[in-house]
Amino acid sequence: MSTNTTAAAATGTREWRSRFPTVNYLNADYGIWSWLLTKDHKRIGLLYLISVSFFFAIGGAYAGAIRLELLTPMGDLMQSSTYNKVFTHHGIMMVFFFLIPAIPGVLGNFLIPLMIGAKDMAFPKINLLSWYIFMAGGLITFCALLFGGVDTGWTFYVPYSSNFSNTYVTLAGLGIFINGFSSILTGLNFIVTTHTMRAPGMTWFRLPLFVWSHYATALIMILGTPVIAITILLLALERLSHVGIFDPALGGDPVLFQHMFWFYSHPAVYIMILPSMAVISEVVATHTRKPIFGYSFVAFSSLAIAVFGFLVWGHHLFVSSQSVYAGMIFSMISFVVAIPSAVKVFNWTATMYKGSISYDTPMLYAFAFIGLFLIGGMTGLFLAALGFDIHVHDTYFVVAHFHYVMVGGTVMGYLGGLHNWWPKITGRMYPEGWARFAALVVFVGFNLTFFPQFLLGYMGMPRRYHAYPVGEPMWQVLHVMSTGGATVLGIGLLIPAVYFIWSMRYGRFAPANPWPGTGLEWRTPSPPPTENFLVTPVVTWEAYEYRPIEELQTIGPGEPDQPIDGQHPANRGTETEER
Amino acid sequence: MQSIPIPNISLPVPFSPEQASTFAPHVDALYVYLVTLTAFFTLLISAAIIFFAVKYRRRQAAELPRPIAGSMVLELTWTIIPLMIAMTIFVWGASIFFKAYRAPQQAMEVYVVGKQWMWKFQHQTGQREINELHVPVGARVKLTMTTEDVIHSFYVPAFRIKQDVVPGRYLQTWFEATKTGKFYLFCAEYCGTNHSGMGGYIYVMDQAAYQQWLAGGTGTESAASQGQKLFQQRGCASCHQVEAGGQQGLGPTLYGIFGKQQQIEGDGAVTVDEGYIRESILNPQAKIAAGFQNIMPTFQGQVSEEQVLQLVAYIRSLAPAGQQQGGAAAGAQTTSGPTTGGVPPQQQRSNPLHPSDVRQGNPAPQAPPAGGGNTGNANRQQ
Repeated sequence: MSTNTTAAAATGTREWRSRFPTVNYLNADYGIWSWLLTKDHKRIGLLYLISVSFFFAIGGAYAGAIRLELLTPMGDLMQSSTYNKVFTHHGIMMVFFFLIPAIPGVLGNFLIPLMIGAKDMAFPKINLLSWYIFMAGGLITFCALLFGGVDTGWTFYVPYSSNFSNTYVTLAGLGIFINGFSSILTGLNFIVTTHTMRAPGMTWFRLPLFVWSHYATALIMILGTPVIAITILLLALERLSHVGIFDPALGGDPVLFQHMFWFYSHPAVYIMILPSMAVISEVVATHTRKPIFGYSFVAFSSLAIAVFGFLVWGHHLFVSSQSVYAGMIFSMISFVVAIPSAVKVFNWTATMYKGSISYDTPMLYAFAFIGLFLIGGMTGLFLAALGFDIHVHDTYFVVAHFHYVMVGGTVMGYLGGLHNWWPKITGRMYPEGWARFAALVVFVGFNLTFFPQFLLGYMGMPRRYHAYPVGEPMWQVLHVMSTGGATVLGIGLLIPAVYFIWSMRYGRFAPANPWPGTGLEWRTPSPPPTENFLVTPVVTWEAYEYRPIEELQTIGPGEPDQPIDGQHPANRGTETEER
Repeated sequence: MQSIPIPNISLPVPFSPEQASTFAPHVDALYVYLVTLTAFFTLLISAAIIFFAVKYRRRQAAELPRPIAGSMVLELTWTIIPLMIAMTIFVWGASIFFKAYRAPQQAMEVYVVGKQWMWKFQHQTGQREINELHVPVGARVKLTMTTEDVIHSFYVPAFRIKQDVVPGRYLQTWFEATKTGKFYLFCAEYCGTNHSGMGGYIYVMDQAAYQQWLAGGTGTESAASQGQKLFQQRGCASCHQVEAGGQQGLGPTLYGIFGKQQQIEGDGAVTVDEGYIRESILNPQAKIAAGFQNIMPTFQGQVSEEQVLQLVAYIRSLAPAGQQQGGAAAGAQTTSGPTTGGVPPQQQRSNPLHPSDVRQGNPAPQAPPAGGGNTGNANRQQ
């Protein structure tokens, strides 16, 4: 990061670099405190990148342990109590400390002010506070896991978690409780920033879809997270002082816990997937060089998902003794919430029609996302069908389904996004050949890991099983495939970790707009200066409005974007041929 | 849902457990439909993406395609058609669900108690089993289930049934096995250390083998008869009259009470079903029968879930023959029910396959309605 002077020397031929000062957000300040006390949203994004990568690695290691245990039907690698902790830790780490914060924390923080033409978030200090809260929550939970662990499953169902488990439930819960405030503050910042910090001319319908999707995510964060907080608080209260809220012996209701838990945790699924959809919209537009087909449908489908997502929690309770009629209502709304996701998939596909499709790594991840999310989403319909869910509820079918959505969706989007904006974040290009290869390895490894789990689930293998029947050879075959796939997937994820770190020092210098993209983030140097833009950008173009590449100018001193032909671009038809 | 025929498929579906119940063909048929839909849409989108990716691949670095804004017709098409398809899945899924959760009134009943980490079964005829359940093929079996500790889930993949078992509640599910054999029983809701060991087998036997199995049980007493003993031991009889026409005790007369509406203190009425009896034993203050004092002590912690179920069986048996209720549904016609002691199990309990035998019972008239007040005459009879 201190290589900017050499950078300038090495790419002295690059005209844009000679025009701009070489001071950027990475080398503006040095020293650990310049990072730990930074109010720069881009640096905070990097802090998130480091911390979620750490938690992702921990969660991944637990996943490896699970897959090793399931190679054989006998529970012979570890004891049952250990295995139960391992899958619990895997779930807690991945859900609360990777999937939920990853894209909003890293890419959302980094990109939203850049995309809307702002100098920073509306509340830079709160933004930093939110990272500290995240770290506090994450480390407290991590300590709980280290000191002895938790064995309740990440779902913390009572009365097991309240009256029976002798593990560090309260401490882990405290970490998750604290972490919730980080989510709320991030959501608050996104909403206020989007409302108040947009550059002149950046109307709502000129916003990149990334921002729309993050806005919808932020709504869920603010409205949903307090519910999980109160749920954990009540659980702790019951565990510590035996207040009868969930315990039937004290007049409580254990199913109430499930309602409250899923009231947050189902919308939380959309906190995980909406930012990934945000990335895919940008990547598809950028790497086909076309505006997203049906911009407003994609934008509003994000909001529709956020709204309907709050009304479907009961589909986790079809066999939990919920009434048949409640089940019917939740089932029907669950089918309705699938439609906005389908609309997005169709629109992304239609965007590719007559595009200029590149095979750069971000686009490869977008292809993977669409295919895998399609399967993840369709199998969601399986589970929303009441009579079908009876059979596969709490089996590996569910495990496969949500990994297709969470890994096939969120992780693919996250990786695609990291590649897409890596040049902007670090000022360096990642090695394209290695990155394409890794994307292929990830795709193959992913399918080999999780597709067999659909079959296992339909065959009746319950989830969270330390051992499975020896008399079912096919079950073992499928588990061996799954473990093999997990190995491939693990390697596929290590490759980017290596070349990303490598590229920070040895990667080719990135131009301001390598793909090129149309968003404001591409019109400022890579890496951007601390205040993002040298002059306040004035937006005169629609979202994803491609013009001949020489016109996609970087916003620099004295060069605000000019209307073409003296005509305001907003008044020109989008069908206009611009070649 | 009787009016809507639910499709079913009897061919073996690849990678599926055996079809051993009447639900299984329905669930498998829906599975085939869903897999077909998924394959169709996945292939459609994938084919489109691959076709576009090849045909419109970037040929020149500075290429700039013509922008296309969108199309209202297309948007509506791919909103409405998927919504309609989704609704077909919804209706189909819901119709199977109704079938699965509408327990038949005429069924062989088995009480199930989950416990870390075992399944305990009690037949009405008295046989008790742990982690094994023997049932006859072709008979409707209704399970009334609860748990002594945490939430468990009763799951038999071959039957395609699953029901969570929640502490403090009675939950029911049912099945009709269509195939003899030995089928996995799993606990599907994570319940602690040995969760994956909490399972066993359902043995589905033909009628002859089942009768033989029933006869093999030595010294078993019917559930109701065991309940009767408990009723005496715990002193229930000192307040609750159990015969027709007797004087009202300190508590409501229990004869013929099962399945009836019971007025309660405050407002409203409850149906006297398994759940209400359980609640009245463990938490008597919750819904006091109208006209009675709040004097019954709780039996929480003094009787196990299995014993509560035995008491329930006994109270159910306190009815004129032919009027004993097959379930919570009041007024349902049933053929017979357990009566108290003495009769060999296989005769004592009617078999849903042979709903013929109705035997001795008390031909006395209906019990006097509850609410006769406190007669103060606690020490009576039995």
